[in-house]
Amino acid sequence: MAAVDDLKFQEFDDAANLLAANPDATTISIDEPAEIPRNQHGRLQEPGREEDDELLGTDDSDKTELLAGQKKSAPFWTFDYYQTFFDVDTYQVLDRIKGSVFPVPGKNFVRLYIRSNPDLYGPFWICATLVFTIAVSGNLSNFFIHLGKPTYHYVPEFRKVSIAATTIYAYAWLVPLALWGFLMWRNSKVMNIVSYSFLEIVCVYGYSLFIYIPTAILWIIPQKVVRWVLMMFSLGLSGSVLVMTFWPAVRDDNRRIALATVGTIVVLHALLAVGCLAYFFDAPELDFPAPIIPAHNVSTVITKSR
Amino acid sequence: MAAAEGSGGVGGPLFAGLADVSISEDIPVEGEITVPVGSHSPDDDYSTLDEPVRDTIMRDLKAVGKKFVHVMYPKKSSALLRDWDLWGPLVLCVSLALMLQGGSADSKDDGGPQFAEVFVIIWFGAVVITLNSKLLGGTISFFQSLCVLGYCVLPLTVAMLVCRLVLLAGSGTVSFIIRLIVVVAMFGWSTLASTAFLADSQPPNRKALVVYPIFLFYFVISWMILTFTPQ
Repeated sequence: MAAVDDLKFQEFDDAANLLAANPDATTISIDEPAEIPRNQHGRLQEPGREEDDELLGTDDSDKTELLAGQKKSAPFWTFDYYQTFFDVDTYQVLDRIKGSVFPVPGKNFVRLYIRSNPDLYGPFWICATLVFTIAVSGNLSNFFIHLGKPTYHYVPEFRKVSIAATTIYAYAWLVPLALWGFLMWRNSKVMNIVSYSFLEIVCVYGYSLFIYIPTAILWIIPQKVVRWVLMMFSLGLSGSVLVMTFWPAVRDDNRRIALATVGTIVVLHALLAVGCLAYFFDAPELDFPAPIIPAHNVSTVITKSR
Repeated sequence: MAAAEGSGGVGGPLFAGLADVSISEDIPVEGEITVPVGSHSPDDDYSTLDEPVRDTIMRDLKAVGKKFVHVMYPKKSSALLRDWDLWGPLVLCVSLALMLQGGSADSKDDGGPQFAEVFVIIWFGAVVITLNSKLLGGTISFFQSLCVLGYCVLPLTVAMLVCRLVLLAGSGTVSFIIRLIVVVAMFGWSTLASTAFLADSQPPNRKALVVYPIFLFYFVISWMILTFTPQ
């Protein structure tokens, strides 16, 4: 049906441009009756912030709240309530992943792809895949690094899976929780135009972690330069998705607080990447005489430095 | 009887006039009433409660065995789905966990998965995948999905057995290649078998979303099998 095409972001561009040319024109759109009164006083903003409106999606924030209220009407103890968080099709998930890997400058991930339909499928399974990818890649990379050494005994290092799982799931859920709480608190002090729901923040964080999956696979290559280049690249991509999502939400605040918030987001993201690289992947150039010593050679215990 | 009915009032309800009608005691009223009571004949109780224990066990074993055959030759039959049972998955999970047991290293932290870890991964992973498919709108019931996922671990258990036998012969490159081929083949078999059973009950535009976690689940189990190193 045509409704899928109508919901594409390009339609709003045309409407915004047309309205900029003629601010007092009444807009009639069959599927969005709530917009008609909003558009008329929405155009009183400075024309310089027009492109920011595309970022914020001011036009449809009302509709977003309306839709959000309509969608989650089941009480939280029923199964149907949780089913609303998995109301995505395959192509939608693939689109969101594509949007997180190729961030378009000026387009907000949440407004463009999520559009009041946050899902929990993406964040949960991307995190699960990342956990196992990091553990398996780390194990493989250590195996290849220490392959020729005579005293090396391969171990699967299964405990690292649980450590990786704890770290990544904590990052993907606790950091959005803290960020959401912080944004709510700032919203009560400063009237921000944009506010995200908790699930939308979880969604952005979850999908932004996708780029680390191929990065972790490529980190098997035992060259330090290659690994750091890969890390910078993926950090840049996913960090820019996060920054472009959250900058409009804090921009109206005190300048220093806005910069501190965005800076903290980027620093935490970088810490996750650097921490995973340092803990799960042994450094390739250092000379490890014997990382695992058989029990009967107690006299030659050497500690491994990371 | 006909006299009683005929004496009902002309304009009123049909039986309103019955109050002043009395049936003469001279008219015999007799007949037969048979009530179909759903009582078990004595033979039915005997066959399931008093049957020899051997019959009971063999019936369950045959059901489990039939499902094993269904997994090894996956056709789109509904026998696996209709009569679900969790005996097969339990046996497979315990045997797989026991076989993965011997792969310890010097420090417990760096070894292979312990028995409890394998158990938890298999059951918790199956539950999560089932919940995922139900949340995405699948029509399969919870235990049916657990049953299918558990039974489709059979090829990987066979692979584990083969790996242990190959490792008895030696642990060089040749044995690794053999193990790799066997594990990859069985992993593909498991995924295809479970997808054949489960994919039909999903909405058509979300099939890939349901199949991918199953792929990840069997990949993790295959990784545990492949990286098993005896002490």
